[in-house]
Amino acid sequence: MLEEMQKDHSQQLRTEMPPLHPDEGFNAPVNTPVKVSSRGLNLYYGEKHALTDVSLEIPTNRVTAFIGPSGCGKSTFLRTLNRMNDTIVGCKITGEVIMDSVNIYDPRLDVVELRKRVGMVFQKSNPFPKSIWENVAYGPKILGENNKSTLNELVERSLKQAALWEEVKDRLQHSALGLSGGQQQRLCIARALATSPEVLLMDEPASALDPISTAKIEELIFQLKSNYTIVIVTHNMQQAARVSDITAFFYLGELIEVGNTRDMFTKPAKKQTEDYITGRFG
Amino acid sequence: MSVSASLDVSKENSLLGSTSLKRRLIGGMAGGITGFAAMLIVLIVFTIVISVVIGGYKNITWEFLTEAPKEGMMEGGIFPAIFGTVIMTMLMSLMAVPLGTVTAIYLSEFAKPTSIFARSIRFAVNTLASIPSIVFGLFGLGFFVQFVGSSIDSVTNPGTLVWGQPNILWASMTMGLLTMPVVIVSVEEAIRTVPKEWRDASLALGATRLQTIRKIVIPGSLSGILTGMILAISRGAGEVAPILFTGAAFFLPQIPHALSSQFMHLGYHIYILATQSSNVEKTIPLQYATTLVLLALTFTLNLTAVILRSRLRGKSQSA
Repeated sequence: MLEEMQKDHSQQLRTEMPPLHPDEGFNAPVNTPVKVSSRGLNLYYGEKHALTDVSLEIPTNRVTAFIGPSGCGKSTFLRTLNRMNDTIVGCKITGEVIMDSVNIYDPRLDVVELRKRVGMVFQKSNPFPKSIWENVAYGPKILGENNKSTLNELVERSLKQAALWEEVKDRLQHSALGLSGGQQQRLCIARALATSPEVLLMDEPASALDPISTAKIEELIFQLKSNYTIVIVTHNMQQAARVSDITAFFYLGELIEVGNTRDMFTKPAKKQTEDYITGRFG
Repeated sequence: MSVSASLDVSKENSLLGSTSLKRRLIGGMAGGITGFAAMLIVLIVFTIVISVVIGGYKNITWEFLTEAPKEGMMEGGIFPAIFGTVIMTMLMSLMAVPLGTVTAIYLSEFAKPTSIFARSIRFAVNTLASIPSIVFGLFGLGFFVQFVGSSIDSVTNPGTLVWGQPNILWASMTMGLLTMPVVIVSVEEAIRTVPKEWRDASLALGATRLQTIRKIVIPGSLSGILTGMILAISRGAGEVAPILFTGAAFFLPQIPHALSSQFMHLGYHIYILATQSSNVEKTIPLQYATTLVLLALTFTLNLTAVILRSRLRGKSQSA
């Protein structure tokens, strides 16, 4: 009974959203230049070899989805793109990640500058215990913006981009912790957008949300991709199929297959990919 | 088949209660004994507090709180001791809280948990916490008074005795050493309650580690840091042994006027009244009253800490 209701619900959602395979919009053709690429990337947590020889190209202004079973390295790989793994003790990385012809693992690179250009949204919404305004203004303030009216504009613009402005414009000074889960996650997206990044990394951004909030986030991803290069890690195969243009399948720390989302889901080249997509394991 | 059958049998037995009576008796006794032990603690605290309050409240007068001891400390008040305790506690906090907080921040934010340096700090903190307080007193005498103080004297005013004798500064620093582990441990705990997600979010927005500590970690653990501070202070306010040789005065009608002055202290004053007075019997009411003041002081500090902590918990739950 419950399952039927859920099915009904997801069908209802599906009909509200754009069709699955139009030429424009979702699953757009990949005809844009490469934004970020990795070459022969290896990552070790102490003795554990977590990523093996990953080489991957991420196109500009498209949505790239990483899929794969838990522990396959997709989140780890995502975190190499803004060097968040730097904070983990015992983590060692070899190989290159090139963004706009700069190796982001070059010792001369300023990590702060990199993270300004590569925003991140986490699996669990993590607003600071501050006001909504303070949350969004945090990044620009850190980067040295002190002008109150500029900050106000940035906050408004970012909240509008994250489709949250209408819901919170009258209570910007209220605590962000009073928002619902879905609103909190959109606030985190607004916060990431406030520093005007070029790339937006999303680590299972909707995995803790209800279907309606999930649909809002997916709609948002669709709107954001005309201005941002988006990389999303997801456990949800339907979500990957709906929102992404390119899909990369990871398994046991290796990149098994990458291609147009449409091709990946209709005629995967590797048997492992097919097995995973059709739900035979994972 | 046989397993389920035997299970049935035992279930029947226990339901009928032939074995369960014994078990219930043991269970009841265990509950009774542990409950009695717990009750005993409540009783002890109750007895102490009640006896101190009953013995002391009559003597708490305005004069008692604002005047110096008179007539060989058998009359008069305890103002110099109250003042000395407060000043010593403040000086102690000025030393122990910043140093302890910074150490805790280093341990939880910067040090690699497995590094030899971090491990030796932790070992030192734990050792420091378990050293008997009288040893701190002797150390303070040997190090601060006889080594540091005398060295200052021999450099600045050779031949005179200014810093090379017990005073309130050396006493406060000795007490600071004693309370430092309390500060370090509680601040570190408070910092650990700040979720990793907040740090990650801050770092991902381009904040440096230092900015993250300043804007996210410290505000997020402020109540915890304050709690640690107050616990340390209340511990320090009640200790006597570390200041015995390092600055507490037997009798001093005036309040300390410089860091190089000696001072009176509530805890030490109680000890003096009870053992060193020429007529101990006569000082008993004063002893009660002084003890009551000291208890009230430390209770108030502890209560503040408890309230702050519960506020912190409430905050983190709503998050």
